[in-house]
Amino acid sequence: MGAKEIREGVGKWEKNTLRRTLEASGERKEEFFTESGIPVKRLYTPLDLEGSDYVRDLAFPGEYPYTRGVYPSMYRGRLWTMRNYAGFGTAEDTNKRFRYLLKQGMPGLSVAFDLPTQIGYDSDHPMAEGAVGRVGVAVDTLADMETIFEGIPLDEVSTSMTINAPATVLLAMYIAVGEKQGVSQEKLMGTTQNDILKEFIARGTYIFPPEPSIKLVLDIVEYCYKHVPKWNTLSITGYHFREAGANAIQELAFTLADAVLYIEKARERGLDVDDFAPRLSYSLGCHRDLFEEVAKYRAARRLFAKIVKERFQAKKAASYLFRTYSGSCGSTLIPQQPLNNIVRVTMHALMGILGGHQAIHTACWDEGYAIPTEASARLALRTQQILAHECGLCDTIDPLAGSYYVEHLTDEIERQASEYLKKIDDMGGILAAIQNGFVYKEIQRSSVELQRRIDSGEKTIVGLNKFTMEDEEGFEEKDIFEFDPHAEILQKEKLASVKARRNGEEVTHALRSLAEAIDRNENLMPTIIHAVKQYASLGEICGVMREKWGEFRSPTYI
Amino acid sequence: MGERKIRVLIAKVGLDGHDRGAKIVARTLSDSGMEVIFTGIRQTVGEVVNAAVQEDVDVVGMSFLSGDHLVLVPKVLKGLKEAGRGDVMVLVGGVILKGHIPQLLGMGVQKVFLPGIPPAEIARYIKGNVVSRSR
Repeated sequence: MGAKEIREGVGKWEKNTLRRTLEASGERKEEFFTESGIPVKRLYTPLDLEGSDYVRDLAFPGEYPYTRGVYPSMYRGRLWTMRNYAGFGTAEDTNKRFRYLLKQGMPGLSVAFDLPTQIGYDSDHPMAEGAVGRVGVAVDTLADMETIFEGIPLDEVSTSMTINAPATVLLAMYIAVGEKQGVSQEKLMGTTQNDILKEFIARGTYIFPPEPSIKLVLDIVEYCYKHVPKWNTLSITGYHFREAGANAIQELAFTLADAVLYIEKARERGLDVDDFAPRLSYSLGCHRDLFEEVAKYRAARRLFAKIVKERFQAKKAASYLFRTYSGSCGSTLIPQQPLNNIVRVTMHALMGILGGHQAIHTACWDEGYAIPTEASARLALRTQQILAHECGLCDTIDPLAGSYYVEHLTDEIERQASEYLKKIDDMGGILAAIQNGFVYKEIQRSSVELQRRIDSGEKTIVGLNKFTMEDEEGFEEKDIFEFDPHAEILQKEKLASVKARRNGEEVTHALRSLAEAIDRNENLMPTIIHAVKQYASLGEICGVMREKWGEFRSPTYI
Repeated sequence: MGERKIRVLIAKVGLDGHDRGAKIVARTLSDSGMEVIFTGIRQTVGEVVNAAVQEDVDVVGMSFLSGDHLVLVPKVLKGLKEAGRGDVMVLVGGVILKGHIPQLLGMGVQKVFLPGIPPAEIARYIKGNVVSRSR
């Protein structure tokens, strides 16, 4: 049937069939929009895909432009890695939780570090007070990393680390732990998030000004290219833009703009795009709108492949792959009637699976309150296992392809994200767009708009602005994890004891070498690896960098 | 003679970088006619107290999402008192266990706002309860 017949058919349907229903009962709303404000029509038909070309735009899994998936067999060959974010308290607490999760069938680890670690402070620093071991595990010295991974063979388990400003130090510690286990760095598998640009924009755990911060990112990219070939050096992350209030289109556009900058900077350092791009990975959020999110992932793969091919002339297919680790947007979870979050998280996993991710994180229903309990962490993992094994989701590739609606959304998101990218290019790239406030203001605009829609009731959130309950049955705060403030005392004692036992002269010498390497503008990884092996602390190492580079303070826009 | 606008400091104390809620509240209060100063993220207790004194605010609103409120709130309250500004209305918002609310109120926090409260309600609360400083 050709376009002409379909157009006529639509016309007849509207006039004969639809009109009577609309006249009788109307529709729920005047207009419908996706979560990100893309208008949604009543019905999508092949007419909405006019101008699209299957072979050019969708093609085949594992082939350019990768709309249908980065690998040829996708989940028929191998499921995604279930990789739930965990870590709290002391290294001992976290080691116990990791071993529990591995025993429950979780194939990959994802380490949550506490805020002092993420910002390069030791647990005994005044700014660390009250935050030690609170939102993740506290790491001061190599001794802590040795404990976290005790009994966990690093040549079998892959580990993702949500660490950015001090990523070089934590990677150095991981390499040192591997060495002690007899696993050489060539065999290590995992990811350092290592994406400092999104810290400046949204997440807030930056330390140094942009220039030295980006230097550190590239030190990892370069070092791993040469010595840790299986390591995903950098996970370019849009998740936090979304969590800060961005919509799906902004999330994608800013992620790709960050990718462009990292690739440009790595090339300035003399690296060939095909040497490092295959080890870049990406992270996007799983939000509320199922179809829009799936379309976002599909558009992301296609747009990224085009950029790497056309703009950077990459030759290797591996350079084109937008491999992703994605997961539950915490901001979609609410504390009211918290068990409802289990359903939301199930939807997140569904989006991730239909979107073709390589690793997926599912949040725990109680995560908005506290550190998840063992039981809620297990449930989050079981959610993925049920979807993977019971529901027939993984037996064919990219099952939503060909949906007129999803293909239309995929095209639309790609188009709008490309417009943003063009605008950012015209400003001089993402650093300029951060410095002139554009990115902050764009995110704030979407954040305010979404809040307005929720406050006005235009956007329903169950349990928040509709179907609310005065007395929330079935939930008591005593069921959630109570943080043990003793962790902070234990951690400080451990740090003091490590400092007493180590060779002080070696540490002083190692820190001096680091300062000299900074002056010579060398790749700092070798000197940092040496320093952590002497049990120099994270705070001491970052302290040297703070002295040399100073600290960054972000502008604020409300 | 124009009436003095209510002056509010919205603050993020400690290392937590989640500022979406704080910014939304700041924006809402500002839209409702108050003079709002937002400290930005990762402020020390001393920085927040100084800002409250220097900006001569009537209200200090602090946002916490990483669980360190029971450690940091008393320090800010103590700092304000020592700086002679024990009269400031102190509000706390964010991810706070209900079980912690009595402790916060006992310390001298005037009200705790939990997630899901429309920001406009915070504006109404301030307008209804603040004692604006006379000059």
